[in-house]
Amino acid sequence: MEWEAVIGLEIHVQLATQSKIFSGASIAFGSEPNTQACAVDLGLPGILPVLNESAVEMAVKFGLGIEAEIGMKSVFERKNYFYPDLPKGYQTTQNDLPIVGPGIIEVEPEEGKIRQIRIHHAHLEEDAGKSLHEDFHGMTGIDLNRAGTPLLEIVSEPDMRSAKEAVAYIKAIHSIVTYLGISDGNMSEGSMRCDANVSVRLKGEEKYGTRAEIKNINSFKFIEKAINHEVERQIELIEDGGKVVQETRLYDPDKNETRSMRSKEEANDYRYFPCPDLLPVVLDEAYIEHIKADMPELPKQKKQRFVDELGLSSYDAGVLSATRPMAEYFEQVKERCGDAKQAANWVMGELSGQMNKDGVEIEQSPVSAEQLGDLIKRVMDDTINGKAAKQVFAALWAGEGASADEIIEAKGLKQVTDTGAIAAIVDEVLTNNPQQVEQYQAAPEDKRGKMVGFFVGQVMKASKGTANPQMVNQLLKEKLG
Amino acid sequence: MHNKTIAELAQGLADGEFSSVELTQHFLQRIDELDSQYNSFITVTHEQALAEAKAADEIRAAGNAGKLTGIPMAHKDIFCTNGVLTTCGSKMLSNFTAPYDATVISNFKKAGMVSLGKTNMDEFAMGSSNETSYYGPSKNPWDLNAVPGGSSGGSAAAVAARLAPAATGTDTGGSIRQPAAFCGITGLKPTYGRVSRWGMIAYASSLDQGGPMARTAEDCALLLNEMAGFDPKDSTSLKKAVPDYTADLSKPLNGLRIGLPKEYFGEGLSAEMGETIMAAVKEFEKLGATVQEISLPNTMLAIPAYYVIAPAEASSNLSRYDGVRFGHRCEEPVNLEDLYKRSRGEGFGKEVQRRILVGTYALSEGYYDAYYRKAQRIRRLIQQDFLNAFNEVDLIMGPTAPTPAFDLGSNTEDPVQMYMEDVYTLAVNLAGLPGISVPAGLINNRPVGLQILAGHFQEAQLLNAAHQFQSATSWHQLAPGAGQ
Repeated sequence: MEWEAVIGLEIHVQLATQSKIFSGASIAFGSEPNTQACAVDLGLPGILPVLNESAVEMAVKFGLGIEAEIGMKSVFERKNYFYPDLPKGYQTTQNDLPIVGPGIIEVEPEEGKIRQIRIHHAHLEEDAGKSLHEDFHGMTGIDLNRAGTPLLEIVSEPDMRSAKEAVAYIKAIHSIVTYLGISDGNMSEGSMRCDANVSVRLKGEEKYGTRAEIKNINSFKFIEKAINHEVERQIELIEDGGKVVQETRLYDPDKNETRSMRSKEEANDYRYFPCPDLLPVVLDEAYIEHIKADMPELPKQKKQRFVDELGLSSYDAGVLSATRPMAEYFEQVKERCGDAKQAANWVMGELSGQMNKDGVEIEQSPVSAEQLGDLIKRVMDDTINGKAAKQVFAALWAGEGASADEIIEAKGLKQVTDTGAIAAIVDEVLTNNPQQVEQYQAAPEDKRGKMVGFFVGQVMKASKGTANPQMVNQLLKEKLG
Repeated sequence: MHNKTIAELAQGLADGEFSSVELTQHFLQRIDELDSQYNSFITVTHEQALAEAKAADEIRAAGNAGKLTGIPMAHKDIFCTNGVLTTCGSKMLSNFTAPYDATVISNFKKAGMVSLGKTNMDEFAMGSSNETSYYGPSKNPWDLNAVPGGSSGGSAAAVAARLAPAATGTDTGGSIRQPAAFCGITGLKPTYGRVSRWGMIAYASSLDQGGPMARTAEDCALLLNEMAGFDPKDSTSLKKAVPDYTADLSKPLNGLRIGLPKEYFGEGLSAEMGETIMAAVKEFEKLGATVQEISLPNTMLAIPAYYVIAPAEASSNLSRYDGVRFGHRCEEPVNLEDLYKRSRGEGFGKEVQRRILVGTYALSEGYYDAYYRKAQRIRRLIQQDFLNAFNEVDLIMGPTAPTPAFDLGSNTEDPVQMYMEDVYTLAVNLAGLPGISVPAGLINNRPVGLQILAGHFQEAQLLNAAHQFQSATSWHQLAPGAGQ
């Protein structure tokens, strides 16, 4: 039996507004508990919400970014339930009439495999506060700094078929919201949080299986792990003759497992109804046009441009346009060196490798785009060869010099292109290795290609890597006959 | 001094007949001497009132006084007052001192008015008799065995008993107009959105509206001038200029078209009440108005629609009283559920609990369409009834309540009977219209209120008609005898 996972995601994106969605309090992260909660956030008697217009603008930007229908009339509703960190006893959110309607996001989970993930809708809502269970000796502390923080909840259709696709999807969302500048996308600070609806079915089956909702998955890594774990759990359960029950499960990253939080029967009846304190949000075409005019180039468009204008492969263009900092870095390198393919090779090769190794993001790269662009220029104008370039890059990364030129100079890596000088080294190498010369000359033509590598290596070694490899090859061929 | 209207007091202050401190002391003294009989105040702010009065006198001495500078008034305890206990008539908030002023309060402060204290009310404004107050019922100054009406019963009683020249009230289903009628004073419920709700503790947000309660229409106009206006802190307040509501008071009523809804004069209305109201209507005819019968066919549906919508909103609005951050918290909760259940069980009275239960039920999955959605449809029908009527007439008149003030304790056993008290007032809130109740007679020495309704934002027209009526009659000048 071959099983197939069916996954839908609900992603909560914290919007990068200055103040909360219904109050003037700041939304900065990491302040002392309850210092950023005003009377509105505390839900004091008599308070009223006033909608933050920039949250609306950001939601519309997102909608335009995924080419979704914009809800020209959206309505805030109250979702009623009791919880200590929910000050008013209801969450103000959108339900029947969300601000962003159906849209589509294209993802490429692996090279050449393009998937369309439909977005059901996205709506604005306020965040709750936090319950702090540590340090209170059996009691619970409430921090309402986060209460009222604007969130855009993006709800996908159950269109993903593997954890890998889910990760590609959330990365694409991350990319769009950071491109648009509507969120900092910082997952460790909770700026993007994800709930996954997971079910399994036999491949070819049309009906969906019973789903479980997994809460509390807050990093790309955990999403993949949590979903994979849940899929396995469900498959094992069914294969052992059991049944998946509709329930909410909590992911525990320490134990890499999900456990039941509450079943469908225990689920709250949220008693949604339109919030009488807020008017419907009514937008007009002029407003939409105004926002459209202000939209930056988005990853999808950028990727297309990289393919069409720069001649990059679809996959390379996808990687380089995936995040706004990555794309900006690449474009700067390309500007500097004047060659898109070289720039792409270096950014995706040497730079990305080093970043992965050291665990740094591109924003923190010790090698600036200008430095890398200049380095590539030196390869292109034959000042250094490829091998030396890697040395220069490593030195730049380690902070051993301010520019490629400085390091080339200091390390004496300038490529030797003087035929006489190279010929002298070649002669010396041939003289010192008579046996190899003999073997070479005795070998048939088709074997010689490989054998010449030995001499090239010796020459490069003797020149401390500075000899121009093409010239070395050329001379060796002439002298070996 | 206490028999003067605000307009007269303003003149007295301007003429230097008395100072604001003297005036304030006079009213504070009356409260101290007499209010034990009426129980119309929950909190009296002696020191603050005198300090405000002193400041007002200084402003006047400096030549910066406005029309109402230095005039004392009382506020319904539903308005948050910075640094002053704000209970909403509930045990739940019996320990709650608001850290901010409601916009209405700060508007009156800006006008230089002095706050005497906070008046009694039905708990969370849920009631028509003041009997649901945690602080005990307020009594009707016309007859201490009668209720003063509700929910703004304390405000009405205080103004009627001359313990304050005026008071604020709030009206969700008649809570300004009905107690004004029961206590023989004038009470105006403005158009929804005319007065800011910021800092006014919510009962049913889409229906709640603050307004003035005073002895005359002219006083109400003076007060509304300060109260009304757009508030950026209340998204449902309207960006609409505030006219001078006193400007049109003296306009003659020639040609005014008055509609009498036949539904308001049918079953349930006593002959005596009908005659009293018709006598008042006659006065308008004498003043040049024409009268015609109209129909508001969905009148009776207002009661069920209101008692779905208001409790539904209330059930959500009152969820914040959970014992976690402020308000009553039970002793020694053993767990979260216990904390919620006992804090709310102990903190809320029976009527509030009843409406929370009704509202929760009405919004529940599977019942939403049958109750809440249907009630909203009825609401639109009722609005349409009024819009149609206002195509034919300028004002609508009828009784404010089916009966004069009833006896304390006479309606408490049967909530539905109590709800019927609001039959003429509820629809006005559902439609968001302005309405005023003016004294129009006595039945067994208990006052009768005439309700006048106008189209949206036609407060000036309402006040004009009421003022003209009061210029021709003297019902509003009668003072209650009980306890004086």
